[in-house]
Amino acid sequence: MELSNREFWTFIHGMVLGSLFLLAFTGGLAGLYSFRTEWVTATGLRERMTRLSWGISAMAIVAWATVLTGTWIVYPWYRESLSETEADRYAGCEGLQAPNESCSPRDFLLSNASGDTESWHTFGMEWKEHVAWIAPMLATAAAFITVYYGRSLADSPFLRRLVLWLFAGAFAVAGIAGLFGALITKTAPIT
Amino acid sequence: MSTTADNETLKPNGPAAAVLVASGIGTFVLGLLATLNEASTDVNEFLAFTDDVGPLSGKTILAAAAFFLSWASLGYLWRARDLAWRPVLIATIVLLALGFLGTFPTFFEAFADE
Repeated sequence: MELSNREFWTFIHGMVLGSLFLLAFTGGLAGLYSFRTEWVTATGLRERMTRLSWGISAMAIVAWATVLTGTWIVYPWYRESLSETEADRYAGCEGLQAPNESCSPRDFLLSNASGDTESWHTFGMEWKEHVAWIAPMLATAAAFITVYYGRSLADSPFLRRLVLWLFAGAFAVAGIAGLFGALITKTAPIT
Repeated sequence: MSTTADNETLKPNGPAAAVLVASGIGTFVLGLLATLNEASTDVNEFLAFTDDVGPLSGKTILAAAAFFLSWASLGYLWRARDLAWRPVLIATIVLLALGFLGTFPTFFEAFADE
């Protein structure tokens, strides 16, 4: 059992960083929702604030790390052109059931070599590679507002809702990217 | 989401408004560049900061730069100010919506340079 360098980084990008962000969302959501003076004691607020600030800040950092590894490490392997000339771009993909050293995942999908796979790139990957970058910006905004207001957040339903919406927006776009990432990797894995 | 009077007792909301609007600006720049990249081969070539990543490199670097620079600029300008939340929220939502739309393939492909 071993992972190639490419499989390792794909694993880090999707299964470690991306999944961590999506899984941590539920904890952050519960923490934010229940961060109210009427529900928590003063000591509890102090303890929760520390956890919330560190947790949401860590999620923002993880979101940046996910898009950076995805765009700058994994994506070049996905889109590389392995043919000699543009004219025979898909020649190496003929008859294949999965990408290999003569056919990159993008070319494999666009070639329709194993069925109707083109839309996985033209719609799925094209959307994923862009929309994912919205997540860290929204997560950073949520983290900054949480840290900036600190315990005052517990007194202001408006600010809590604002952070919750930013947080939920980050989760939604990360979810779109994660879903397409998983489905595209299933159809055309990076090996 | 309604505005409340809570913030009267809170820190000035300028820095929070700055990061909020900056997230909208960063998203809008991303969507705009995704669309322009499709509409113009010149823009497409300009955005390819590196060969390995292609035009996505320019789109994401410029969008992230727009986010951080606008956050820093607005954060400085609004550091001690208390702004009305409503226009801040409206501007942010409009920018986020336009940016999100710009990242949608069906939308940006409608501008494709044939």
